[in-house]
Amino acid sequence: MKTIIQRGHLIDPSTQLDKSADIYIDNQLIVGIDDAPIDFVPDQIIDARDKHVIPGLVDVQCRVRQPGSSQKANTASETNAAAHGGITSICLPPDVTPVTDNAAVVELIHHNNQKAGNRCHLYTIGALSKGLEGEQLSNMGTLKRTGCVALSNALKPFGNNLIQRRAMEYAAGQEMLVVIQPYDQALHADGCAHEGSLATRLGLPPIPEAAETAALAKDIELVAQTSARTHFGQLSCARSVDMIRQAKKDRLPVTADVAIHHLFLTDRDIDGFDTNKLTFPPLRSEADRDALREGLKDGTIDCICSDHQPHDIDAKLQPFPSAEPGISGLDTLLPLIFRLVDDGILELHQAIAASTSNPAKIFKLPAGQLATGELADLVIVDRQAHYSCEPELFYSAGKNTAFKGWDFSTKVVKTLVAGKQIQ
Amino acid sequence: MNNANLQLTDEGKLKHFLSIEGLNHAILTDILDTAESFTSVTDRSIKKVPILRGKTVANLFFEASTRTRSTFELAAQRLSADILNLNINTSATVKGESLLDTLHNLEAMQIDMFVIRHQDSGSAHFFAQHVHPGVSVLNAGDGQHAHPTQAMLDMFTIRRYKQQFENLSVAIVGDIKHSRVARSQIHALNILNTGEVRIVAPPTLLPKQADTLGVQVFHDMNQGLRDVDVIIMLRLQKERMTGALLPSEKEYFRQFGLSSERLQFAKHDAIVMHPGPANRGIEIESSVMDGNQSVILQQVTFGIAVRMAVMSMIVSSGKENP
Repeated sequence: MKTIIQRGHLIDPSTQLDKSADIYIDNQLIVGIDDAPIDFVPDQIIDARDKHVIPGLVDVQCRVRQPGSSQKANTASETNAAAHGGITSICLPPDVTPVTDNAAVVELIHHNNQKAGNRCHLYTIGALSKGLEGEQLSNMGTLKRTGCVALSNALKPFGNNLIQRRAMEYAAGQEMLVVIQPYDQALHADGCAHEGSLATRLGLPPIPEAAETAALAKDIELVAQTSARTHFGQLSCARSVDMIRQAKKDRLPVTADVAIHHLFLTDRDIDGFDTNKLTFPPLRSEADRDALREGLKDGTIDCICSDHQPHDIDAKLQPFPSAEPGISGLDTLLPLIFRLVDDGILELHQAIAASTSNPAKIFKLPAGQLATGELADLVIVDRQAHYSCEPELFYSAGKNTAFKGWDFSTKVVKTLVAGKQIQ
Repeated sequence: MNNANLQLTDEGKLKHFLSIEGLNHAILTDILDTAESFTSVTDRSIKKVPILRGKTVANLFFEASTRTRSTFELAAQRLSADILNLNINTSATVKGESLLDTLHNLEAMQIDMFVIRHQDSGSAHFFAQHVHPGVSVLNAGDGQHAHPTQAMLDMFTIRRYKQQFENLSVAIVGDIKHSRVARSQIHALNILNTGEVRIVAPPTLLPKQADTLGVQVFHDMNQGLRDVDVIIMLRLQKERMTGALLPSEKEYFRQFGLSSERLQFAKHDAIVMHPGPANRGIEIESSVMDGNQSVILQQVTFGIAVRMAVMSMIVSSGKENP
């Protein structure tokens, strides 16, 4: 199958590509940009006039709920949502049931994706410890061989700091990326809202900043000790941004991401006990949100993820402290990323890099670039669309969005995954 | 949806009673005046009026309670309602029924008004969002968020003894952090234009940015009580010792207990209040609790009239908006 995408405005910050040109695709690969390969006879021509063409998004924190919680969503529904949302690569954390701590589970996850039609590239993050129990190291070498792109203990604590250090050391020896979402369980306690004036007023059990920052400080020290290449996920606090900035200055091998909703929402948004805005980590103050934006701008934070957590209706149909945290983010990631540009928060090339080439580089994925010889993972987007966010129209099985009714300017027109158009 | 919209009709009358926040001076005064008119009912030999005749009130308590539940029950009875008492912590939800299913099952029994206590902050709002139109929710305490009828009976007590709020200095002492009572009292006192609202507690028993609630914060009891007109003592839960929030009961009493010596720091005619149940010798000395400045038992009596007032106002708002 040979395809030409004609006259689109191509943007790929990783190769400084920013011009109107044609893209030539042969099967799974991009075989030419601007210049047609010799004897290229297309089977189909896609007209991308007045549209932007960018690399497919890479989402490093996404839950498809399978295996384990398929009442909420499954591989088929969520990879389809990802593809229709312009996301062509997703990474799944290991806290599924059973835990991704052995080859069989990794294979099961890939088998599920194959059965669902490989609608997007799916990568697994393996467990750092057996069963995520934080006591015994997982078979990291095996996990690496079966295709895990990183290792993490998700939100489960280690038995003690020594075990965490050893896990990071061992992972470093395997040249595996370690992913940490910094979190101190004791400081978090039974909290469900950012510790600030709003939680005080609503009487919601508070989550102090230190639940994240105290853990992050320790984690960074362990990076210094072990030299494990470490990616910090879903930061929420201004102080965390400062700490990552300093760690990078100290030339530690650290990178970081932020969930898209933390760039838009604050604890004010949970007023009225809106369970669709119950997240983990919690939505924090305006100052925190602004610091996260600033961190993206100056490169302290490398990428933006969806932190996609689809839920069934009952999970959110509870009083606030009893509801389950998380936002269904695949359907809104791309329009929100462009809204960062519309709102003047990021330059276009920064926003695209943070959601394509940067995460691909950190997780070493064959993705995130519009270049000859690369996989033809790309999205054609319409920047002149005007529509409002309607959860009923989501492809994801989870309708639990925090952005219902928001105005978006950018819409996915077409997604190609490894050269194949997603219908 | 904010609190005010949810609990008021389009005409600005009470539809539910969920939190003090979002109500205005006029409504709070209306509640106090209506309660005043009901105190005469409670003093009569036949203590009944037919305002809620033919209505069914369900007391839905997911947390243990003695006085709140029983004064709601008496209030409903004195308004001639039928009353159903349900202690849910021993009932359906233990068997795995969801909260909404429990609520809808009870609605199927044609309940007109739910009096709900639940351990989650925001649960009263949650129920109010999901009941059928025409069915009302009264918050009898939701987590650490609000306990509005308690706050109103406290306001009633203060007005009875001090006649006004503008020139008063009121100190609330104790575990503010975990207290829905304190939050509701602070809102009510501020809406009623109280001269000064103070809270007195060690930092471990205060929520962060407590001053944003519109109060003066004190960590020293003697300073906090100086020249106040009203002292409201809060109950100290025994669990607070195990959570490392406090060193010991003894230490707490020495620093924050209301003794007769400490009472001297307040104005000589200051009144002492407590929402109950009180821990004698931990937050309050027996001689103060039983002393002539204490109005703690009067609070309980007024609680019935205030709850009658709120229930009757909700029913009358429903009549105009069928």
